[in-house]
Amino acid sequence: MRRIYLDNAATTKTSKTVIKATLPYMEEIYGNPSSLHSAGQKAAEALANARNTVAAYLDASEREITFTSGGSEADNQAILSAAAIGVRKGKKHVVSTAFEHHAVLHTLEKLKKQGFEVTLLPVSENGLITAKQVENAIRPDTCLVTVMYANNEIGTIQPIAEIGAVCREKGVIFHTDAVQAVGHLPIDVQRENIDMLSLSAHKFHGPKGVGALYVRKGIPLTGLIEGGAQERGKRAGTENIPAIVGMAVALEEACKNRAKSSEKLKKLRDMLIDGLSKIPHSVLNGDREKRLPANVSFCFEGIEGESLLLLLDDKGICASSGSACTSGSLDPSHVLLAIGRVHDIAHGSLRLTLSEENTEEEIEYTIEAVKEVVAYLRGMSPIWRDLMNGKKEFIIK
Amino acid sequence: MALYSEKVMDHFRNPRNVGVIENADGVGEVGNAKCGDIMKIYLKIENDLIVDVKFETFGCGSAIASSSMATELIKGKPLSEALALTNKAVAEALDGLPNHKLHCSVLAEEAIKKAIQDYYEKNGIEYDETKFPDCENCSHCSSH
Ligand SMILES: Cc1ncc(COP(=O)(O)O)c(C=O)c1O
Repeated sequence: MRRIYLDNAATTKTSKTVIKATLPYMEEIYGNPSSLHSAGQKAAEALANARNTVAAYLDASEREITFTSGGSEADNQAILSAAAIGVRKGKKHVVSTAFEHHAVLHTLEKLKKQGFEVTLLPVSENGLITAKQVENAIRPDTCLVTVMYANNEIGTIQPIAEIGAVCREKGVIFHTDAVQAVGHLPIDVQRENIDMLSLSAHKFHGPKGVGALYVRKGIPLTGLIEGGAQERGKRAGTENIPAIVGMAVALEEACKNRAKSSEKLKKLRDMLIDGLSKIPHSVLNGDREKRLPANVSFCFEGIEGESLLLLLDDKGICASSGSACTSGSLDPSHVLLAIGRVHDIAHGSLRLTLSEENTEEEIEYTIEAVKEVVAYLRGMSPIWRDLMNGKKEFIIK
Repeated sequence: MALYSEKVMDHFRNPRNVGVIENADGVGEVGNAKCGDIMKIYLKIENDLIVDVKFETFGCGSAIASSSMATELIKGKPLSEALALTNKAVAEALDGLPNHKLHCSVLAEEAIKKAIQDYYEKNGIEYDETKFPDCENCSHCSSH
């Protein structure tokens, strides 16, 4: 059966170039970069080169890059480091948003238990926050502002440069979870006044389990893992050289192709959005313009997301949903709730995230498949019957 | 997906008894949209026998499969047997459900009981209220 992979926000296919580039670091150059012998030094050289590549992409210097096990660890380390600085200065207030990734939200929960106050800014219905909101939320005791670059579910891109300017002016550390943005959008930590940034390789066709944290010079990092002196003592453990090399190669590849790829993705994305918009009582989640080139997110009234995913999977389409059943919790996605979708509607959500491998033909097939499955599920939905009979009012007009 | 057994997937992909019975003798609806699943069961009853049953479900794969299996288990059966159907029996007939999906089989049991209760009410037949789910104070949402 054919397979159409439309879940690239969850993870991407590792690029062939990346796989090829990593193999020598298992087969030949497998030394430990901490070792003095030439086998180790070759690995150390690869590590330094990879660090340079990541730094160059962000317009940072290599000393500002720490490799981690991925986006979650980078988020944790960034927030806990800023909090530790806050504690030393008697500042225990953090500003963030209601629709951050759980790697951020759960870390903030941890801080609350340590006596921090956290302000989670509400998000507008189109999935955006403003720099003004951030400015108004900053207090004299604010030690950190953390706002995601682009949202992983609804793809909206936040005004990071404006938020960065506000934070710089107020002298507050600004962290951004850029896991969904890196490799897909141009990022410049100088121009955008970003102090800390998290990224993860598997979101841009690199290996899983590797990422990086950028931290502006002068901001001390707190280590989460004790042990050896790797990563200048801020992250113990023998470096995952093949993965780190793979990440750097993936980033280079993503940058080289970005403009062209972005154009193609936007075209496919808009085609998909236009097609799915024709389904009655459906709504696009997130701003139509300020969104990632590869993100499509919809809610369909009267159906539940998990059954939608299973039936799409039967048609060869890999997608994702923010319904409670798929999140494994009682509530549907906090992101959809944050943009004001009520529970009934949030349960019927569908996220389709593209990659450059997708074709127009696949998008056409997907539009037809989604139309068919939504109609089928509505046909057996008691809610849909009530809506059609006029016993209930449509929420999505 | 290996989340579900083959049986669940079969009943999910090819649900039995989907639809509506016009002028049904008993109708039971349980769950709510907020929690993400609603089940509605329609019964046609003759001489205490369930001669026909249909269902409509808004919910996840296991909710649809549980409805389908539950209707199969009570079709053609006397009311006494339908009343004795437990959520466990539904789950077992499906070769099991993941733990966090067991509430779907509970909904199926409750929807059937509620439809039978509706039949009793409509026909002025006396019954033991304690044997039926208290859907006004349903704890479904907080219990799964
Ligand atoms: C916005 C965002 N932050 C953090 C993460 C976590 O990244 P990782 O899977 O590399 O730990 C993800 C991906 O799941 C994400 O989308």
